[in-house]
Amino acid sequence: MRRYSAFAVAREAARYHTGWERAWRSPEPKKKYDVIIVGAGGHGLATAFYLGKNFGITNVAILEKGWLGGGNTGRNTTIIRSNYLQDPSAAIYEKARSLYETMSQDLNYNVMFSPRGVLMLAQTEHEVRGYQRTAHANMLQGVETEFVSPQRVKELVPIISLSGPRYPVLGGLWQARGGTGRHDAVAWGYARACSDMGMDIIQQCEVTAVRKEGGKVVGVDTTKGAIDCDKLGIVVAGHSGVLAEMAGFRLPIESVALQALVSEPIKPCMDIVVMANTVHGYMSQSDKGEMVIGGGADGYNNYTQRGSFHHIEETVRALIETFPMISRLKMLRQWGGIVDMTGDRSPILSKTPVENVFINCGWGTGGFKAIPGSGWGMAELMAKGQSSLTEEFGLNRFREGRFVDESVAAGVAH
Amino acid sequence: MSTRLAQGGRRIDRRKSVEFRFNGKRLKGYEGDTLASALLANDQMMVGRSFKYHRPRGIVASGAEEPNALFNTGEGATFEPNQRATTTEIFAGLEAKSQNHWPSLEFDIGAVNAKLSRFLPAGFYYKTFMFPRFAWKHLYEPFIRQSAGLGRAPEAEDRDGDTYEHFYGFFDVVVIGGGVAGLQAAKAAGEAGAKVLVMEQTAQWGGRAAVDGGEVDGAPVADYIAATVAALEAMENVTLRRRMMGAGVYDHGYLLAYERLRDHCPDEAGPRHRLWRIRAGRIVTATGAIERPLSFAGNDIPGVMLASAVRDYIVDYGVSPGDRVVVVTNNDDAYRTAIAVKEAGLSVPVIVDARVGGGGALADQARALGIRVETGKGIAKVHGTKRVEGVAICAQAGEGAVLDEVGCDVVAMSGGWSPVVHLWSHCGGKLNWDEAQACFRPDGNRPPTDQDGEGFVLPAGAANGELGLGAGLTDADAAGKRAADETGHKPGRGKAPVAADVDEAALEPVWLMPQGAGAKLRMKAWLDYQNDVKVSDVQLAAREGYESVEHTKRYTTLGMATDQGKLSNINGLAILSDALGQPIPQTGTTTFRPPYTPISMGAIAGEARAEIFQPLRRTPMHDWHEANGAHWEPVGQWRRPYCYPKTGESHAAAVAREVMATRESLGLLDASTLGKLIVKGPDAGRFLDMLYTNMMSTLKPGKCRYGLMCSENGFLIDDGVVARLDDDTFLCHTTTGGAERIHAHMEEWLQTEWWDWKVYVANVTEQYAQIAVVGPNARKVLEKLSEDDLSAEGFPFMAWKDVTLNRIKTRVYRISFSGELSYEISVPASEGRALWNMLLEAGDEYGATPYGTEALHVMRAEKGFIMIGDETDGTVIPQDLGLHWAISKKKEDFLGKRAQERSHMTDPKRWKLVGLETVDGSVIPDGAYAVADGTNANGQRNVQGRVTSTYFSPTLGRGIAMGLVLNGPDRMGEVISFPGTDGKTYDAKIVDPVFYDKDGEKQNV
Ligand SMILES: Cc1cc2nc3c(=O)[nH]c(=O)nc-3n(C[C@H](O)[C@H](O)[C@H](O)COP(=O)(O)OP(=O)(O)OC[C@H]3O[C@@H](n4cnc5c(N)ncnc54)[C@H](O)[C@@H]3O)c2cc1C
Repeated sequence: MRRYSAFAVAREAARYHTGWERAWRSPEPKKKYDVIIVGAGGHGLATAFYLGKNFGITNVAILEKGWLGGGNTGRNTTIIRSNYLQDPSAAIYEKARSLYETMSQDLNYNVMFSPRGVLMLAQTEHEVRGYQRTAHANMLQGVETEFVSPQRVKELVPIISLSGPRYPVLGGLWQARGGTGRHDAVAWGYARACSDMGMDIIQQCEVTAVRKEGGKVVGVDTTKGAIDCDKLGIVVAGHSGVLAEMAGFRLPIESVALQALVSEPIKPCMDIVVMANTVHGYMSQSDKGEMVIGGGADGYNNYTQRGSFHHIEETVRALIETFPMISRLKMLRQWGGIVDMTGDRSPILSKTPVENVFINCGWGTGGFKAIPGSGWGMAELMAKGQSSLTEEFGLNRFREGRFVDESVAAGVAH
Repeated sequence: MSTRLAQGGRRIDRRKSVEFRFNGKRLKGYEGDTLASALLANDQMMVGRSFKYHRPRGIVASGAEEPNALFNTGEGATFEPNQRATTTEIFAGLEAKSQNHWPSLEFDIGAVNAKLSRFLPAGFYYKTFMFPRFAWKHLYEPFIRQSAGLGRAPEAEDRDGDTYEHFYGFFDVVVIGGGVAGLQAAKAAGEAGAKVLVMEQTAQWGGRAAVDGGEVDGAPVADYIAATVAALEAMENVTLRRRMMGAGVYDHGYLLAYERLRDHCPDEAGPRHRLWRIRAGRIVTATGAIERPLSFAGNDIPGVMLASAVRDYIVDYGVSPGDRVVVVTNNDDAYRTAIAVKEAGLSVPVIVDARVGGGGALADQARALGIRVETGKGIAKVHGTKRVEGVAICAQAGEGAVLDEVGCDVVAMSGGWSPVVHLWSHCGGKLNWDEAQACFRPDGNRPPTDQDGEGFVLPAGAANGELGLGAGLTDADAAGKRAADETGHKPGRGKAPVAADVDEAALEPVWLMPQGAGAKLRMKAWLDYQNDVKVSDVQLAAREGYESVEHTKRYTTLGMATDQGKLSNINGLAILSDALGQPIPQTGTTTFRPPYTPISMGAIAGEARAEIFQPLRRTPMHDWHEANGAHWEPVGQWRRPYCYPKTGESHAAAVAREVMATRESLGLLDASTLGKLIVKGPDAGRFLDMLYTNMMSTLKPGKCRYGLMCSENGFLIDDGVVARLDDDTFLCHTTTGGAERIHAHMEEWLQTEWWDWKVYVANVTEQYAQIAVVGPNARKVLEKLSEDDLSAEGFPFMAWKDVTLNRIKTRVYRISFSGELSYEISVPASEGRALWNMLLEAGDEYGATPYGTEALHVMRAEKGFIMIGDETDGTVIPQDLGLHWAISKKKEDFLGKRAQERSHMTDPKRWKLVGLETVDGSVIPDGAYAVADGTNANGQRNVQGRVTSTYFSPTLGRGIAMGLVLNGPDRMGEVISFPGTDGKTYDAKIVDPVFYDKDGEKQNV
């Protein structure tokens, strides 16, 4: 792999950029791999990357039915934070956040991790107490976070209205080291690094069946033919239920549409990410200048990547309440993705009833921030059969009632 | 130069001149002008700077597809960035300022980027800015952010001075687009009797046809338009709306439309925008087509325009974009522009036609007007920087060797037309590639489908790829009839109007000009003007493996600007296909997403703002609280008094006063927000036995019982007192926040599981006002007001009774959440305020003190009563809270029973409820955790419990808390530590959670 740098760009400029090589190869599938990962989203690619990097397992194929990064990884609003309430969550999200800090250098691909800070507004007494609890938990979990006053909120984000007539801002939970990243670049950077390690990323290759022998996985059928493997990792977010069915087990997952939208670009006016969970909306400003906006998930299950406009209305309304100056901005584009929701709003990183089939899903509305940590833990789980990061996220927790409930902490779990 | 012509201009009224300002300069236009036409009339071709390289940008188009002419308009309450000049009608006093430059439009420092453009190709930022690591945050990103963004941001304290509204509409047929196709489709559907809405995004009906000319049924097309509009206006079943855009098509025939009511007349009263949410049986998209630019070097220099736009400005506005217009094309339509220019008395030095065979009848007409036509030629390069100065002509088939130089100030280009397929595609309509016209057009066999699996969108006219006038009308007539037919109306027999289409020579796709343009030229051939994406960028993306059209888009930012690629997408994906050596349809398009053009956030939010952002629920006593200094706390959509501070009194002091007054004498609480659900029917008892953990069916009429409700997962979700009103009727109290949730929960079980049980549930929360009369003197006050027997024996604890209080009929529950003698009095909401006043007055001699939610919390905590949302958080089961007594052991089943038997639920290591007393009397901070030794496998500090409620108890004069602690009930007297985020550590002794009146003597008197 030829390294990227300002010098490389300058060198290429001299020859009109005709010398750049492919970021990732586009190979035909081999007959067999040690590991097949289904789904070239962030989580699938990161799993593959750490299988190679941490465990030297590089005979790996990543199969993607569309284009890599085209699922939720390429549709999300890129909030990165780790101030989750429960210990297992804080552990994996904080691992992820810390890996984001060096990701550009690790991958030699600028993923534009921007630690601009994430602020979650407290707008009811109940929320104040909730965030104070999170702040206490985070302190013991080694996650830097802080409950701040309304005055500090205003300093951090001058365009906010503290005294919105309905839900005045009573404070906020502030994670200065949270922020945003460039979602596509995360997928592309991992893909480039995986490809460089010799892994095959095979796009336009849909898995249509999981083949088993004696309760053990032996391979998959795909739209590009049958491919064998020793271990299979299913990392397909909204389509997890579909893949699990192919493998012969069921998942406690619901798939619903989550929507987002952007405004037309304007000059910088908001330096941080703000989440207003009482009114259900959040907003940040991209480096291009668009206000990036999201809210709650749709109320019914579906597989279309659209969603209903009512949710957009509610979200926008909530944000005009919070940031009245956006009222005369215009919505440029809205879209949706299919998020995989578990009952406790925590992910599943787990062995499955089928031997050597592993599953990583259930990230729901908030898995972008987890990508590197999830990949790290999942790779360990797949390579060694266990990982302290994924320990509490096993499938059996639903049977045992051992939930890792994050809906406790915030209405909107991004 | 560009200027107003002496004559012409269909849309303007030359008698009415309008004054406006551009960058502070005072300019004149006419009523009917768009900002774009008025600027051109004032020789203002250059209007902005591009996003990345800050290149000078001129007006390119005349409609919604314009990528360059975006302005900041207005100030303060009317300020709005990124206003598209081509769709902004001018009005007196309009203030427009150009964007994205510093210090001025003419001289812009950022333009240095253009000089460096060679070093800044697509995606360069993914490859650079990585070292040193911290520089991204502190150096590079701030720099990039500063140079990004287009329009100015509104000021932090700017408040929108306008209002917005939502409309609902229900129509059989909605026609989007008021060009000839839309009008004809609406007419056909309207004549069939369908309820029709037809909308047009601009201020005028008729669309392009009036500019392009032609005859319909033997008369000028303008006559046809006028007659059809008149006919539609005469039909009662047809609604016509101008300045209204079809914004998005959603599932189940849901259509979003955006009506701009006052953008053109801001001084008039009324809402600025109106968002229509429409249910349509069928949607006809008659949205026309958009012309494509051609990709040649320098095609972004101000003065290079779409050929159709040049024509529009001349015909519609009487404005000439320039004196010498070179036309460059790959199709016949652009000849119309040459002819229009010539007819307006301006010069056309040459028509450069890329096709070796040249054009058809229109070309002959142009030649006859004396215009030089060069076929098989292309433009090698445009000269000029801030304005076109001339073009270099070359062979289209070559690499750009210059054959001729021609001076000009406008280049009118046409690469053919692309049907506007956005609305067709929003909800899943599929496209076919039309080789002949080199465009995507709707595939009628794969429409978006509705709830019945039927196609519900019908494309018509140019939007359906029928670009000729005659063919378009025929197509639209059929679409209108079909839409009517499919919504149950019998189409009329009337024939489609007839128009002869001019015989046009075939278009030849030209995606790059000249065909063999080298790297240098390709780096100057723009695809996306606003985002500065060039042919070379797309080729680079392909080379680097960003092969999916979505990858290319995201890597290069092609089509991501405010025009969402209306001009650039097809050209870009043709270049990509070429680079990948695959046919265009294999490359496909990116996803079309709503809205068609940007819509204001204000319109999306509608009326629901500020005070009416969400419904504000008021109890009958709300105004009294307000008048008596309540400090409000939002609880769901209610507002409840948190406390009633007196002048100069702190909240803490007010709470302490309210608690003490209640404990010592008499307190009054407005408890009206408490959820009240009537559960009625022969199976009501059976139903409640399933919902509550304890037995409700055995409750006797006249009695109350405290109950717990769990989710299927066993977690405690709500609690409250249930009163049996008669054999068939229960009244279930829920928490304030829980009323709607629990109501829905009950309905869900009734509707999905026990649909055959005879039970009804009604939420009567707002029908009743409820007042808690609390304290040692509570009975005395009521006795003053009533003849009824209120004695301890005649009206015991946990009973309810109908009581007449001074002629008001009430229902009184003898229940207590404070540990005091307490009556909750319920009356119809209309009597609430009268009762409140009566109680205040009667209680005056006992110092009746209204108290708020905080005093309520403190008193219940002193008594060790749990609070849903404090002691519970969705992870707590009743057993954790020592509420075993409220869990029936007799019942075979109830919601949560099975879940509570799961291994983790019966794990002795679950944290259990205890009281906590700080060693030094201080108050443990909210949410603190009790630490245990060591760390876990992930390096986190081990914990052994947490605080769930913590208060200063005025009664006890010290901090008290409740918490969940590992093996808590077995560790009474042990001291554990709670480190606070304030840096202090709070040591607390584990004690019984009931701090006050342990034997319940006070409430039972
Ligand atoms: C609108 C929106 C906003 C969001 N905002 C945030 C946010 O601000 N912060 C945050 O942290 N998270 C956010 N999220 C959540 C986040 O995007 C996801 O949790 C995360 O991207 C999931 O990544 P993934 O790799 O698991 O899934 P995906 O990126 O969806 O990848 C799964 C891949 O599997 C492929 N696949 C599916 N079936 C098959 C098959 N049969 N064969 C082969 N391949 C298959 C899919 O094509 C897809 O590429 C948001 C999500 C949405 C939709």
